[in-house]
Amino acid sequence: MRSHKLFLSALLVLVLAFTSILFVAHAQDSSGAGLTIGFAQTGSESGWRTDFTNAMMSEAEAMGINLLFSDGQQKQENQIAALRSFIAQGVDAIILAPIVETGWDDVLQEAADAEIPVLIIDRGVTADPSLYITRVASDFVYEGRLAGAWLATATADRASCNVVELYGTVGSSPAIDRATGFADAIALFPQIQIIASQSGDFTRSGGKTVMESFLSSMDPSTICAVFAHNDDMLIGAIQAMEEAGITPAVDILTVSVDATNDELQMLIDGKANATVLLSPYMGGPAYQAIIDYLGGAELPPLIMVPSAMYFQDTAAAELANRTGG
Amino acid sequence: MLETKTAVEPTTAPTPFNLMQTLSRNRRFLFPVLALILILIGNRLISPTFFTIRVGPDGRLIGSLIDILNRGAPTVLLAIGMTLVIAAKGIDLSVGAVIAICGAVAAVLISTTTLPPLLVIAIAIGAGILCGLWNGILVALFDIQPIVATLILMVIGRGIAQLITEGQITTFSNESLEFVGTGLIGGFPFPIFLSVIVVALVWLLIRSTAIGMLIESVGANDRASFYAGIDATKIKLLVYIISGICAAITGLIITADIKGADANNAGLWKELDAILAVVIGGTALTGGRFYLIMSVVGALIIQSIQTGIYISGLPPTFNLIVQAVVILAILFLQSEDFRRLFTGAWAKLRRQS
Repeated sequence: MRSHKLFLSALLVLVLAFTSILFVAHAQDSSGAGLTIGFAQTGSESGWRTDFTNAMMSEAEAMGINLLFSDGQQKQENQIAALRSFIAQGVDAIILAPIVETGWDDVLQEAADAEIPVLIIDRGVTADPSLYITRVASDFVYEGRLAGAWLATATADRASCNVVELYGTVGSSPAIDRATGFADAIALFPQIQIIASQSGDFTRSGGKTVMESFLSSMDPSTICAVFAHNDDMLIGAIQAMEEAGITPAVDILTVSVDATNDELQMLIDGKANATVLLSPYMGGPAYQAIIDYLGGAELPPLIMVPSAMYFQDTAAAELANRTGG
Repeated sequence: MLETKTAVEPTTAPTPFNLMQTLSRNRRFLFPVLALILILIGNRLISPTFFTIRVGPDGRLIGSLIDILNRGAPTVLLAIGMTLVIAAKGIDLSVGAVIAICGAVAAVLISTTTLPPLLVIAIAIGAGILCGLWNGILVALFDIQPIVATLILMVIGRGIAQLITEGQITTFSNESLEFVGTGLIGGFPFPIFLSVIVVALVWLLIRSTAIGMLIESVGANDRASFYAGIDATKIKLLVYIISGICAAITGLIITADIKGADANNAGLWKELDAILAVVIGGTALTGGRFYLIMSVVGALIIQSIQTGIYISGLPPTFNLIVQAVVILAILFLQSEDFRRLFTGAWAKLRRQS
């Protein structure tokens, strides 16, 4: 009986020692190399999204992280299924780029129960902040402000400037925040006014249709500038302007957000004036945050990725930098 | 009712007066046309320049009315195909996805190969025929419910289009292909001519042959049609193929218009616009009798509302609500029961006073 107890306690000590060794080894492991992270992407609905996915993958490779990638194809149920599969596989951490803000509570709780840290990237979620470690995102309001500030500088010598706004998808957070930031910035400059605002649904076709209807229903010479919530809508609007015999970037100034490769080409060709970068390089800060968290560090609730602007004279350098040529 | 007494066809030439008479005799035709006129007048009230058409630098006519015809062309084309499918007691949910597939095929072929543009256009339309054939086989040969059969292609089609474009917006620069979406003839955008040509061709097909009658017969009762010696399978295959061709032409227009294939967004939710156009035009979803030209009017109504919203200056957040309210009003106007409710209440009120 006694020998039994002795044996059991010895076993217990051994097991404890072993797990603590494992734990230490694991803690050392979290320098980055060898971590397995599951990444649930929304899908590939835009050129920017594809850039973002590629950036996530190349940054993971550079840091020696084993990234498990799941494409949600614009459906929340696919993303939830991906999260459950990551939990079942027992990954070290999960990165979620949510397609919508609501409905994540249950699956985030499952991850918390399995003690797998979840990091939210890009758009936000409404779930309890204790269910995820932090959110890495671009500041959409700041992007709108940058666009407004640029327009104010560019039109400083004009008595008035009437702006038409190509609004993103109604109700989406980038559209709401960019509109807010832009309105905040131009509110300081009474000569700048938004005379029309309509939704082009973040698509080229939508941007072209809306711009065309503006040019049909009002005198084009009264429009001073166009502010598009993303580059794709602006590229559509540029086509509409050209078809109506208006020289984009000269007759009507343009400013948009995203800085996609196609838009940089428009800047190089002199058909657009300025674009605000929606940084696709969020992977680095996200992976670093996970490594810090696993190392026991406290994280701020929101980590902002810095933004930048590109113009006709700086676009070529950035495009060359991206395409590696 | 009045209609039964005046069922005799007018033999005189259709003067404007006679046209009005025909319209008022057939309320089915009266209300969509009336709704279109009311919406156009409403748009004129919102924007004083609504009916103005100015000439652009390259002879292009610029104005909201031109926009409605040009932007309405995709919906008109889809509504034509959808009318025939619905008349044969079917439904085609896949047209939006077929638009994406055909646009992707055209854009990828023109940007990566040296095939002549006309051949590329033919291949893209061929892809549309294949899609239509696929739907038709599922519905006609395997007897799968049309809503489920076409849902399969609706879901998978956008995936196929993304595979073709490799998830990118495939841009191209080719004047011949761009002409399909942005070309001008006599100042009018080319899509307007395309939609008129397709309407005329389909109208000839159903009116100069027995096909229109056969479609209605299959839609009204396919078992009875079978015993009457009609090959319902062939008729069903035909209507889905026509719908596929219409979707392919639409895909070419949308892709050529922005000089790029946007697999995620091209034609998104367009199938619903097409079905709505058919319903506004008075064709019942239960199949049988169909009204091709009224579906065209329905499509123009939808586009007039859309253009009206663009120029209204309302915040974008109101778009969908305004659209829904106007369409609901049109459907109420068409509903005989709803009108009777009003005329009844009106008569009652007059009797009381």
